[in-house]
Amino acid sequence: MPEQPYEPEGAIAGTGMGGAMDLGASEAVTLEGTPGGPPGRGPAARPRSLWSDAWRDLRRNPVFLLSALVICFLALISLWPSLIAPGSPLSCDLARSQDGPAPGAPFGYDGQGCNVYTRTVHGARTSVTVGLCATLGVALLGSVLGGLAGYFGGIWDALLSRLTDIFFAIPVVLGGLVLLSMVTSTTVWPVVGFMVLLGWPQISRIARGSVITVKQNDYVQAARALGASDTRILLRHIAPNAVAPVIVVATIALGTYIALEATLSYLGVGLRPPSVSWGIDISAASPFIRNAPHALLWPSGALAVTVLAFIMLGDAVRDALDPKLR
Amino acid sequence: MAEPILEVTGLVKHYPLTRGVLLRRQIGAVKAVDGVDFTLGRGETLGLVGESGCGKSTVARLLCHLERPTAGTVRFKGEDVTALSGRALKAVRRAVQMVFQDPYTSLNPRMTVGDIVGEPFEIHPDAAPKGDRRRRVRELLDVVGLDPDYAGRYPHQFSGGQRQRVGIARALALRPEIVVADEPVSALDVSVQAQVVNLLARLQTEFGLSYVFIAHDLSVVRHISDRVGVMYLGRIVESGPADAIYDHPTHPYTQALLSAVPVPDPGARDRRERIILTGDVPSPAAVPSGCRFRTRCWKARERCAREVPALAVPSVFRDAGGPAAHPSACHFAEERPAVAAGEPGDNGNGPG
Amino acid sequence: MLLEVRDLRVEFQTRDGVARAVDGVGYAVDAGETLAVLGESGSGKSVTAQAVMGILDTPPGRITGGRVLFQGRDLLTLKESERRRIRGAAMAMIFQDALSALNPVLTVGDQLGEMFVVHRGMSRRDARARAVELMERVRIPAAAQRVRDYPHQFSGGMRQRIMIAMALALRPALVIADEPTTALDVTVQAQVMDLLAELRREYRMGLILITHDLGVVADVADRIAVMYAGRIVESAPVHDLYRAPAHPYTRGLLDSVPRLDRRGRELNAIKGLPPNPLRVPPGCSFHPRCPMAQDVCRTDEPPLYEVPGGRGSACHFWRECLRG
Repeated sequence: MPEQPYEPEGAIAGTGMGGAMDLGASEAVTLEGTPGGPPGRGPAARPRSLWSDAWRDLRRNPVFLLSALVICFLALISLWPSLIAPGSPLSCDLARSQDGPAPGAPFGYDGQGCNVYTRTVHGARTSVTVGLCATLGVALLGSVLGGLAGYFGGIWDALLSRLTDIFFAIPVVLGGLVLLSMVTSTTVWPVVGFMVLLGWPQISRIARGSVITVKQNDYVQAARALGASDTRILLRHIAPNAVAPVIVVATIALGTYIALEATLSYLGVGLRPPSVSWGIDISAASPFIRNAPHALLWPSGALAVTVLAFIMLGDAVRDALDPKLR
Repeated sequence: MAEPILEVTGLVKHYPLTRGVLLRRQIGAVKAVDGVDFTLGRGETLGLVGESGCGKSTVARLLCHLERPTAGTVRFKGEDVTALSGRALKAVRRAVQMVFQDPYTSLNPRMTVGDIVGEPFEIHPDAAPKGDRRRRVRELLDVVGLDPDYAGRYPHQFSGGQRQRVGIARALALRPEIVVADEPVSALDVSVQAQVVNLLARLQTEFGLSYVFIAHDLSVVRHISDRVGVMYLGRIVESGPADAIYDHPTHPYTQALLSAVPVPDPGARDRRERIILTGDVPSPAAVPSGCRFRTRCWKARERCAREVPALAVPSVFRDAGGPAAHPSACHFAEERPAVAAGEPGDNGNGPG
Repeated sequence: MLLEVRDLRVEFQTRDGVARAVDGVGYAVDAGETLAVLGESGSGKSVTAQAVMGILDTPPGRITGGRVLFQGRDLLTLKESERRRIRGAAMAMIFQDALSALNPVLTVGDQLGEMFVVHRGMSRRDARARAVELMERVRIPAAAQRVRDYPHQFSGGMRQRIMIAMALALRPALVIADEPTTALDVTVQAQVMDLLAELRREYRMGLILITHDLGVVADVADRIAVMYAGRIVESAPVHDLYRAPAHPYTRGLLDSVPRLDRRGRELNAIKGLPPNPLRVPPGCSFHPRCPMAQDVCRTDEPPLYEVPGGRGSACHFWRECLRG
């Protein structure tokens, strides 16, 4: 074995200073002072871990703060839309078709005479539900399959890699048109299921790579030398250390799933009326773009802001979790 | 020699080289370990030295059952443990523990030091009753010279030397009989290295441990070892008591290795006679025929390409006895004092 | 004097405050001389070299004071374009990790030739011919063929030779070698150190050898500067330093290394750990680990006292230390 290179002093230049530096001058350990360390931790343990480091960075990042604010607001109106839009999104009055803003309808009315404001607010719930469920499903399926393939390797790994290749070759929108046109359900679940089906290979690749990197660490070998079971090694030693990249990619993917739901709904294969969704509204409003642009503008704007917020959040989290950037 | 606790015979580890994605066919093998024999006595330290790629770390992994050997046997107290699995393997693992080279990757960054040192008890619940574990962890930390109150801290809050102590505490938790240490000090600073070497020496007497100490640093190995095996390209080329190997090496590779070690004594600069080997170590995927050292050996002759020299006491020394009469895998083994500074302690910079 | 560093100070801005990585370091190298800078990780030995070379990452690093006089000119006051002309041509650097210091997508011939094209304005063909010459000079077998190979096709020792060839291509007056053999095996280490020493003699270069290895230092150095916590704690001709160290840290280092020619059960380890650069102890930074420390060491920072024989020691009690 080559000598482990003498701890390079260049590490100092990497600003990784606090992390890997030797501690106090005495034999006894002195805790590294972390002025303004992460709140909410007892004084007994103020670990400067990847997560607390990331949190320190995130709190100071305006992009993160802004996107988190938008997302919190979205979550709020998804849970209780009537807080700010008391009416029902389904009570429409054809007489008001394409009317402009009016009291109680600040965004005006769409072609069916529905209140655009109410529909946009209520549409958030579908979008967020689809986005969250699809992301959760994708992350779970993808990281379990990818993680196991990365950990056990061999024939399963080879099979999974080929399988992900096949899935990557399927064009998403075309696949959606073909598969979803066969379903008749009006719930969100077929759409979520479709997204999980096509989305897991992306996460599984990330998870597989991450697990393979972590697996090579000596602490995994040490656990094995102690006689630890595979389950224990996976859950205790590998998963907590391999999960960061999955979280980053999943956050960014969440935004794209919301956009995909809108796309599929626009094409008529996603959600269907009477579901309330931005995609449905955009689809319904697009023929009247000249006469009633507001009916198109508001749901599209809401969609764009939401997608952007999740992608920005994912970006910020990635920056915070990537030690090389620090 | 003391009663043998570990006997290794004909240990081989080949990693197949394959080509093709689905239809893999073997096109060769990396012969990482290619027939290693040694015996470890109870309470003694066996040093394995060699350069990168000589297979010493693979031997460590094989001894700790992190990999399965291609051939050969490892006998622990007379029982062949190479083919064990399940419960029986778990039991043997308690007795053979490992200390790793890199203190930065050998501790899980997401676990507190207390959890790391206590994990062995969770894996082997019968090793310590549940209520007693906290106390045992504190004891272990204390034994390796760390303040037990730091059990709640994370590895990154410690320096390299301190982390290495945590790794040693973890290895000791199950009261092993054998500790395999793979380059345990090479990643540490000079002044911290000595602390860890001293700690290992103290723990050996305290717990009656037997060590397999693997390192590329010949000075450290001499310091800590009772017996030494010199490895080259997957084999032990010379073995014997540390003093015999270091003061009376008979294998040309050992002689070159020893002569190349820089000695911290500028006065020795002109006195020492260095053997500078030409070229590099051949790839373990293309081991030379006959004697594997012959491509870099200044004594190589035709016979060396034909006959594999056995690791045995060379006939020239067999009858004479003395320190030179130890196993050496060379057809033309001869003595050639290689330690540079001459007689031990002849230079004036000793401590007081 | 070829190179003289005076009172150099480098700080690093970190999240937790300012770390004084180099805190008033001074040393000098003459043509044909080998100065070894000895220190453990974090002692500031590499940062000093990077500051001298002008390759320090700024930020987070910042040179806050001192002078680097190279052939009489203060490098720290030069414009970057002027420094670039000196770098590579008049002073060169050899790194520890040759694989990452060489560009993996260019052949070694291209990388060696680049030096001549950029600095000497040679044509590609002439540069290639010079590259082969250089590779022969550092004794790479079959240089004419191997000039077309990529760095990963060479072994560690051969790559380090290529690094040396690259550093010496333009016959620099000063070469800084940062742990040049640490990543190499012992037998290869000896080959590379020998080559380096031979070329230094031949070209009459000044050589700064940065290392943690007391053995390597003893083998090749003329003078030694020992660094601890960003300062030079002792500087002396190599024989004097090994015979009678004038600083307890040096003495501790010499006593703590296991030696091939001695065998014993207990090493005299230095207690404790090197200090955190963010919180260097007041007074003498070595005092918490020093067996000789007195009250004065906790309060007064020792200057680099002049010790007879052209030596220096930053210890209040250097006389006692010399006596052993």
